[in-house]
Amino acid sequence: MHAMELNTVWFILVGVLFTGYAMLDGFDLGVGALHLFVKKDEDRRTFLNAIGPVWDGNEVWLVTGGGALFAAFPMVYATVFSGFYLAFMALLCALIFRAVAIEFRSKESWGWWRQMWDIGFSLGSIGSSFLIGVAMGNILQGIELDERGNYIGGFMALLNPYAILLGFTTITLFAMHGSIYLVMKTEGELQARLKRWVNRTIGIFLFFYIILNVATLVYAPHILEILRARPWLLAVFALNVLVVMNIPRQNHKGNEFAAFLSSCGAMILLMTLFGMTVYPNMVLSMPNPENSLNIYNAASTEKTHWIMFIIALLGVPIVLAYTASIYYIFRGKVKLTEHSY
Amino acid sequence: MDVEILSRIQFAFTVMFHYLYPPLSIGLGVILVIMEAMWLKTGLPKYHNMARYWTRVFGLTFAIGVATGIVLEFEFGTNWAAYSRFVGDIFGSALAAEGIFAFFLESGFLAILLFGWNKVGPKLHFFATCMVCLGAHFSAVWIIIANSWMQTPAGYHIEYKGEIMPAGFVPNADQILHSRAVIDDFWAMIFNPSSMDRLAHTVVGCWQAGAFLVISISAFYLLRGRHTEFAKSSLKIALVFAAIASLLQLATGAKSADGVTKNQPAKLAAMEGLFETQANAPMFIGGWVDMEKQEVVGLQIPGMLSFLVGGSTNTVVTGLDAFPKEDWPPVQAVFQFYHIMIAIGMALIGIAWLGMLLWWRGLLFDASNPLVRLYYWILVFSVLGPQIANQTGWFTAEMGRQPWIVYGLMRTSQGLSEVVTANQVLASLIMFTFIYSLLFAVFLYLLTRKIQRGPDDEEESEAMPASWVALMERRKGQASAAG
Repeated sequence: MHAMELNTVWFILVGVLFTGYAMLDGFDLGVGALHLFVKKDEDRRTFLNAIGPVWDGNEVWLVTGGGALFAAFPMVYATVFSGFYLAFMALLCALIFRAVAIEFRSKESWGWWRQMWDIGFSLGSIGSSFLIGVAMGNILQGIELDERGNYIGGFMALLNPYAILLGFTTITLFAMHGSIYLVMKTEGELQARLKRWVNRTIGIFLFFYIILNVATLVYAPHILEILRARPWLLAVFALNVLVVMNIPRQNHKGNEFAAFLSSCGAMILLMTLFGMTVYPNMVLSMPNPENSLNIYNAASTEKTHWIMFIIALLGVPIVLAYTASIYYIFRGKVKLTEHSY
Repeated sequence: MDVEILSRIQFAFTVMFHYLYPPLSIGLGVILVIMEAMWLKTGLPKYHNMARYWTRVFGLTFAIGVATGIVLEFEFGTNWAAYSRFVGDIFGSALAAEGIFAFFLESGFLAILLFGWNKVGPKLHFFATCMVCLGAHFSAVWIIIANSWMQTPAGYHIEYKGEIMPAGFVPNADQILHSRAVIDDFWAMIFNPSSMDRLAHTVVGCWQAGAFLVISISAFYLLRGRHTEFAKSSLKIALVFAAIASLLQLATGAKSADGVTKNQPAKLAAMEGLFETQANAPMFIGGWVDMEKQEVVGLQIPGMLSFLVGGSTNTVVTGLDAFPKEDWPPVQAVFQFYHIMIAIGMALIGIAWLGMLLWWRGLLFDASNPLVRLYYWILVFSVLGPQIANQTGWFTAEMGRQPWIVYGLMRTSQGLSEVVTANQVLASLIMFTFIYSLLFAVFLYLLTRKIQRGPDDEEESEAMPASWVALMERRKGQASAAG
């Protein structure tokens, strides 16, 4: 394989890992965002146990994505993580609260204890989704880099309207995905209620998504040029909207699993759209585009890309096989038992 | 305080806190495999109850280990961006491999371990337990390889402004931000001079942590006269494991020290408080380093260090005087932490083998004997031993590497993120201090609760699906027929 192609391969592979994260931990975070909207303890436990066996495996996609980014594009890893310092520290804080709240919540039956961890779980999930969105918004819009690739724009510049809008859009996206996942994992009255929620979460997401697309043209005008050069991106966009519209249809027909797959498809298409828009840049520098980090100037050596490629070839099929098996073992509706959260 | 010291404090604090948990997962993982294997073999419900109980303890430590582990992966980039750019070509692949080979395995099969008791059959459950244990060990492999490369870099060359530099080139302060280490030889990086010795030493330290946790809780039940059968069986398994691991630790420690002598002589000199390069170098059992006079006041065995290093008291051992003072590690700290680790390591051998002796003499479970009760009390507190030894061992390794972040190549002060300010690090440090204090308090509380509640009683097995019960009955039948 040609070295240049290997850089593209790694751009795709890192993208696949982060897409896996968005698709899988996305519904965990979405369940967290919706958590406080149910009041009964039993319903909240059902929510937690719907993601109970899988959430920490899902979080590993982020860890591995981070590791792969470090290995394949160390300049991007160093720039983004140090440049978004406070935002990433807040993200860590949110992820920690999310994780331990799931583990600790049901260990005691006191009302205040459960309420405290419920809030921790929900705010942690919402906060994580928001910050992930903000980070993506800044990448899409471009940030100010110096000639060595250091971010020099300061913390407040990261909290610009466009990034914040993408942050909220991400919360609504994950909430939609989470509600669809929950429909699949619940039954009876709770499920009927959740089915009504799905229609609302889809509506709210689409509302934000449309505003976001308009805002993109205002706040990130360079994307208009990219669209002109790559008109087929519009086809991906159209397909994405269709896939989202398919979700209520499948739900109406009672195909809960198909609805969930459709939602997963929407996540994949969104990430594809994101990747195809920024490629071959990874961190766009604005206002000095010549300082941008792309898949060539930010990359590791060809040798490391090869080594990593072999590691991925060996490891990823095995990971996919047992991850799928584990999802299969834990398929079906949530049943609360003594081992549940 | 400046950004360097704050960043170092933050990394040290977050990694120390994190490192309370993975050793427990690794050590308990092995014990769970043993318990479940014994259950599958004998069909006795007591082993089932043991596996169930220790799995619950495992679940608690694992959750905090995962939550605090992500922090570290982020911190290389957030606080040490220049370091990340410098080593990314080498260090990053070890981290990514850890994700693909270890974390997925661990977290995936953990679902079955924790929640699969009535979803899968006993054999598949046992398989999942083995995979979780294996995953935990794999993660140790990759992270130790990465850390060892920072101690004894190998299989690389330095690239300066895109040009390949000759071997032995060390970038100076002006060159370092335009340099990076790039990989030459993957296997030389993996099997760098210290990786295998340090891996063995670390993993055995983890086994000790798991073994002594089980020992401690079991001894507590024996003292209280609760769950006695459960506690006896658990104690036996953990004690054998601890006895073997503690002796092994002596061997892996000696091997590691040998490697440090060869590869990081300044670290060895600091560990032993040896200022002057000399033959007949003494070894200190303990003491205080007088930095003014450049000598150690304490209890020493003359010539012992020379003997250990070269097999003869005539062996010349390199002292700190062979290095410019700006390349010295913090001598007092390294000396003290190293000696605390050694003292605890020796004490753990004593504790574990005393238990074996008592067991052999038939005294181990004589809870009415006051001396045995005293021994139980020692066991209850022994859980702190491996934890303190593991931490001080890492202090020795990491502080002994200073002032380098990559030994001999890049200084710690050169690895910082250029764009992160002291105030930002102070803010995040305060945040971590707050969150981790809260987490630690909740962890201790929940662990105490689990200990107080205890396992389910010996006779009544926890709810098992009918198919499992049938299989276990068959096993018991086979075992009694064979017996």
